[in-house]
Amino acid sequence: MSQKILLDKINIPGIKTYEVYRQNGGYTSVEKALKTLTPDEVTEEVKKSGLRGRGGAGFPAGMKWSFIDKKSGKPRHLVCNADESEPGTFKDRYLMEFIPHLLIEGMITSSFALGANLSYIYIRGEYMWVYKILERAIAEAKAAGWLGKNILGSGFDLELHVHCGAGAYICGEETALIESLEGKRGNPRIKPPFPAVSGLWANPTVVNNVETIATVPWIINNSGDDYAKIGIGRSTGTKLISASGHIKNPGVYEIELGLSVDEFMNSDEYLGGMSSSRPLKAFVPGGSSVPILPAELIFKTANGEDRLMTYESLSDGGFATGSMLGSGGFIVYNDTACVVRNTWNFARFYHHESCGQCTPCREGTGWLEKILWRIENGQGREEDIELLWSIQSKIEGNTICPLGDAASWPVAAAIRHFRDEFEYHVRFPEKIKNRDHFVAEPFSQVKHLVGRQTV
Amino acid sequence: MKVTIDGQSIDVEPGTTILQAARMIGGDLVPPAMCYYSKLKGSGGKCRCCLVEVSKGSEADPRPMPKLMASCVTGCMDGMEVNSKSSDRVTEARKSVTEFLLINHPLDCPVCDQAGECDLQNLSFEHGNPKSRFIEEKRTFEPEDIGPNIQLHMNRCILCQRCVQVADQLTDNRVHGVLDRGDHANISTGISKAIDNEFSGNMIDVCPVGALTDKTFRFKSRVWFNKPYNAHRECTTPGCCGKTTVWMFGGEIQRVTGRKDEYHEVEEFICNSCRFDHKNVNDWVIEGPREFEKDSVINQNNYTQKLEKVEIATEKNILLGRDEDRKKISMAEIPLNTNNKIS
Repeated sequence: MSQKILLDKINIPGIKTYEVYRQNGGYTSVEKALKTLTPDEVTEEVKKSGLRGRGGAGFPAGMKWSFIDKKSGKPRHLVCNADESEPGTFKDRYLMEFIPHLLIEGMITSSFALGANLSYIYIRGEYMWVYKILERAIAEAKAAGWLGKNILGSGFDLELHVHCGAGAYICGEETALIESLEGKRGNPRIKPPFPAVSGLWANPTVVNNVETIATVPWIINNSGDDYAKIGIGRSTGTKLISASGHIKNPGVYEIELGLSVDEFMNSDEYLGGMSSSRPLKAFVPGGSSVPILPAELIFKTANGEDRLMTYESLSDGGFATGSMLGSGGFIVYNDTACVVRNTWNFARFYHHESCGQCTPCREGTGWLEKILWRIENGQGREEDIELLWSIQSKIEGNTICPLGDAASWPVAAAIRHFRDEFEYHVRFPEKIKNRDHFVAEPFSQVKHLVGRQTV
Repeated sequence: MKVTIDGQSIDVEPGTTILQAARMIGGDLVPPAMCYYSKLKGSGGKCRCCLVEVSKGSEADPRPMPKLMASCVTGCMDGMEVNSKSSDRVTEARKSVTEFLLINHPLDCPVCDQAGECDLQNLSFEHGNPKSRFIEEKRTFEPEDIGPNIQLHMNRCILCQRCVQVADQLTDNRVHGVLDRGDHANISTGISKAIDNEFSGNMIDVCPVGALTDKTFRFKSRVWFNKPYNAHRECTTPGCCGKTTVWMFGGEIQRVTGRKDEYHEVEEFICNSCRFDHKNVNDWVIEGPREFEKDSVINQNNYTQKLEKVEIATEKNILLGRDEDRKKISMAEIPLNTNNKIS
């Protein structure tokens, strides 16, 4: 049984309410930070912990905090990014829905570290019921004196607001989130300037994921060094993984980083293996934006080492044979799944969610989707596979924000690892005309049809 | 600060962007820019046409930048080395952006009023692929009437958002903006005929493509059949300089625009009264012919160069049988020729 940091108390009845949360040691990190530590000491602890941003990019959180411009004298802000819209990721919702006070406690402690007196939680519009839960939790915390003026007599003021988005994936990008929070259209800004210098209302701003902020109370209650002891190498601590797909026990799991993928997939404590007798075909380790991996690269890396649930091990081998931990949306496919259809589905999502500001993403995502749709529906041409490859390489790296990269990586990985499946779709349109074409006849049985012919 | 672009060095002030430095040097190395407009704050960074490769970040930090940078929003650093036209990566990126801009563009240049002075035409002339790889149906929009003076052709729009910035920065009340997102993002007022501001006409001048054109000039002439003259008048509109370019056909003023420099940016913005309401020669003091680029399409109508008559060998044969065809396609109720009735 591995150590639980975030989900430790999640099964206590009534933990949603302030009284139960407080009785179980809630808000002690705020007491400790405000009474005994200086803001810089809090930042230092987080730096020592090696906590990395849990939103996907994995940037060290303590370092991000230390970049914030404290010299200019402008008011500073902390914004919590709860716009969790990545297909396959649902960990933040779980955390906010069942233990909302943990996030609020983290927000207070983190805001204290940054010297922010006005902080926001930006939550996606689809999580309206969670928004209400958070609103209620904030009201409870305020009534108990954890928010407002002069918290615990320390002279630290904090106003915390929840802001509801209006249903856009792009508003999870930090600068687009800031734009949206300011009441504008959620278009990503051009960087530099970075939010740490000029963010919300041109003030220095830090944007962190829900999970990152919710980890801060534990680090303060214990210490950064304790946190750094969990995990392997630069991947310290625990991570929430939202597992879905063809597995026995889908759901949100807290794992210690460094757990092997094999154990995570197959042990009964976690996913419990595949949901049926159908074999594993592919998996996506970190939400729809990261490259998909075929069965042979899941448990072992290309050079034969065990693949672990860490930032480094999952990206071992670069994009050729690796993927990314991303936001922890763990999607598993068995051999009834069609990779082309899955890629089309992802491409459709990015087409729908592209903000339309910069050219490659606006035009390219739509183009990708249309071609993938044709291939999936038996109207593909042989040259379409090359065309897809060419389009994705033209989007990647040429856009303002990472949405363009996120749209092109899954397509690139699908072609890289499952090219023969695309060829099968192009060459045998009759066989793939039904949606469930791989259920009766999995690809492994027809693979020889598109294999290299030797005469 | 010293910046080197394609091997040519120049000293610039801190805060200058790479694109501005390149324009100071001039010549072939200037990156194309579809969305950047030096006179509009906050423009640039969107179209990605001006991507350049920074091979050396600065004297202090000589590492190259891993990604291509949008030159219009990237500031120069001391000792920076930039590859523009000389880099294959940059050429490739410009080609891709051009391809992306064109896949959903209607390519209706033959009937577009902007043809001949269109930035997208210039861009595709230089970086475009004559053959399209796009076989899908193009994305289209419903026509929308945005006002009495300006024609909106949303299908041609490349969403540079310059017109939005004009409305923000020149007029006191912006009534249009970008609606929807992704490839369905469109410029719209939401309310029919809503644009009614004394400086709204400048949206036409800043539009790099034919998405916003002058309704008073619509289908009157191709721009290369007109002769541009610098002209001015005493304009009573506050904020208007009254200095314009009038585009003449014979003795008739067909169109009035701002004076555009070699990067197709207006020198000063003009009011709608100058642009739309004063088409009489007597309204203007004509200063003289306006200079235009030697290689521009407008120069093709230059009387000083000898033009040879173009003859198409098949022309005669094409006209053969034409009268017969006309009879066939006319409606029987309305006879083409009363002497020759079709039964």
